[in-house]
Amino acid sequence: MADGRFHLAQLNIARVVAPLDSPQLADFVALLDPINALAEKSPGFVWRYTSPGRNDATGDRSLGDDQVPNLSVWESLESLREFAYRSRHLDVMRRRREWFRPHAGSYMVLWWIPIGHTPTVAEAMERLAELDQSGPGPRAFTFHRPFDPAGNPIEQRTAASAQPSI
Amino acid sequence: MPTTLGDVVSPDRPIDAIAALQDPLRRQLYEFVAAQGREVSRNEAAASVRIQRTLAAFHLDKLVEAGLLEVSYRRLNDREGPGAGRPAKLYRRARAEHSFSLPPRSYALAAGFLAEVVERVGADRPLQSTARDAGRAIGRAATGQSLTEVLRAQGYEPYEEGGQLRLRNCPFHQLAERFPPLVCGMNLALCQGLLEEFEGPEGRGASAWAPELGTEARRGECCVVFLSKNKKY
Repeated sequence: MADGRFHLAQLNIARVVAPLDSPQLADFVALLDPINALAEKSPGFVWRYTSPGRNDATGDRSLGDDQVPNLSVWESLESLREFAYRSRHLDVMRRRREWFRPHAGSYMVLWWIPIGHTPTVAEAMERLAELDQSGPGPRAFTFHRPFDPAGNPIEQRTAASAQPSI
Repeated sequence: MPTTLGDVVSPDRPIDAIAALQDPLRRQLYEFVAAQGREVSRNEAAASVRIQRTLAAFHLDKLVEAGLLEVSYRRLNDREGPGAGRPAKLYRRARAEHSFSLPPRSYALAAGFLAEVVERVGADRPLQSTARDAGRAIGRAATGQSLTEVLRAQGYEPYEEGGQLRLRNCPFHQLAERFPPLVCGMNLALCQGLLEEFEGPEGRGASAWAPELGTEARRGECCVVFLSKNKKY
């Protein structure tokens, strides 16, 4: 569902198992450019965060040396979901344990922003903290329990229901 | 994910659904509609099993009643406005899942718990390894069958199109929606293991197909697609 006044912001954070310039992370680093290019070509893509002078966020040390923020904006939940889980990006995610530690607590958060707003990492981390503290809600939610821009929970397609939610 | 058995469908519905499929003709019609992966008209369905349209409509509507098919209405021609004719009644497989077990079993519920923990502790790779071994066993056991037959037996509903081998159904659908990298990675590993040990016309493990995740995934279908090793992408 695309809303005419809001876009969807997304943050996920991940702790690397070894330094970014180590052999263990080599495959991941090599995939950054192609996957970022894929994101930009995907329907509904609006914006992604990059650290100054780079094509990705790996220069960002605001979350510590071993934690990389992934921050982006999309037109809708569906367009982000399609890119994240139904494109070549899914194949990269399948390999995540080669590069990232499992995360205690929430590691991904979604929230609505007014069109034209550029989220910051700090703002995104606040939303992640809200998710951790209060669980999914209108200000910070997940794919599993999403909310619409008006703050209403989005009915999930369940096994018993034949009608998809749009 | 269902939190109790009762969340999935009302207790009587799966029995009704299964009972509706007892009639062989009705079952053929259901399988035809399901296999198309799109909306199907009464006439198309009738032609597929070589029966009269009114008889097809009768059975199709019984399948709708049982919750196995869904109906939509769409104009099949380009006409608009009064006199353009009624929209056609179209059928497709219902999205609802029907499960039935006696004595009652809640494997989906348990799978949800187990997946949540595997996700939390990050045990993707042991899961993939386990799935790969299981796939190898399936591949080894599939003597005398075609790859399509083996995949069909696993519930994938395979079909070839555009030089690719696609899977219309994900047997792990709800789990995959809830934990995509974990469960889709598991699924890919299962398929890879299967191909490693499967003996086809080209020899054991020498299949011309290579399964890939998400590359050419189609809406509503399994995100594992088998690409031809011979074709360049």
